[in-house]
Amino acid sequence: MEDALKQKIDGLITQNKVLLFVKGTKTFPQCGFSSAVINIFKEIGVPFETVNILQEGDLRQGMKEYSQWPTFPQIYVGGEFIGGCDIVKEMHDKGELAKVVQKAAGASA
Amino acid sequence: MSQKSADTAQRIDEVVRLSLSPRHLEVIDDSHKHAGHAGAREGGGHFTLVIVSEAFAGQSLLARHRTVNALLAEELKSRIHALALKTLTPEEWAQRA
Repeated sequence: MEDALKQKIDGLITQNKVLLFVKGTKTFPQCGFSSAVINIFKEIGVPFETVNILQEGDLRQGMKEYSQWPTFPQIYVGGEFIGGCDIVKEMHDKGELAKVVQKAAGASA
Repeated sequence: MSQKSADTAQRIDEVVRLSLSPRHLEVIDDSHKHAGHAGAREGGGHFTLVIVSEAFAGQSLLARHRTVNALLAEELKSRIHALALKTLTPEEWAQRA
């Protein structure tokens, strides 16, 4: 992976405590899995940002390499990759996701 | 189920059985639910896998999913457009039942 792209991603995930790489936007998700994840984070009620990988060709390929993960959405909390849609759903069902997210969001800026 | 997605499902079944010796395995083809959507037009199938294996013992959810993604890396590049995973140890499976 090119250094410039890696630095761009490093920057994105450190500057945004809760960041979702998705297909589409918060308002118009363009994939059922992205939509499901966005709804879960809306429900938790912490601020989060999204990156629309359909609009960013370099990230669409780059994030697969960076995360070593073949699909989207990809979810980063506190600069760490936590997984895709199934993992987020399962963590949410167990009540673990809100804790992890609130801890990261509460960590001082 | 189209012949193509039936072949893919068969391939997934073989790869997972060979590597993870699952106690229980379900390969569910959801492709028909997505006919006409962008990913379906690209030709990839949508699948849900339920895998119950000893191999997952002591592994985080992320590690389990990484294991399965790695096994199916080739298929994920071409024939699988979307893959939903349920990964359980036999103990976790027993608790759910």
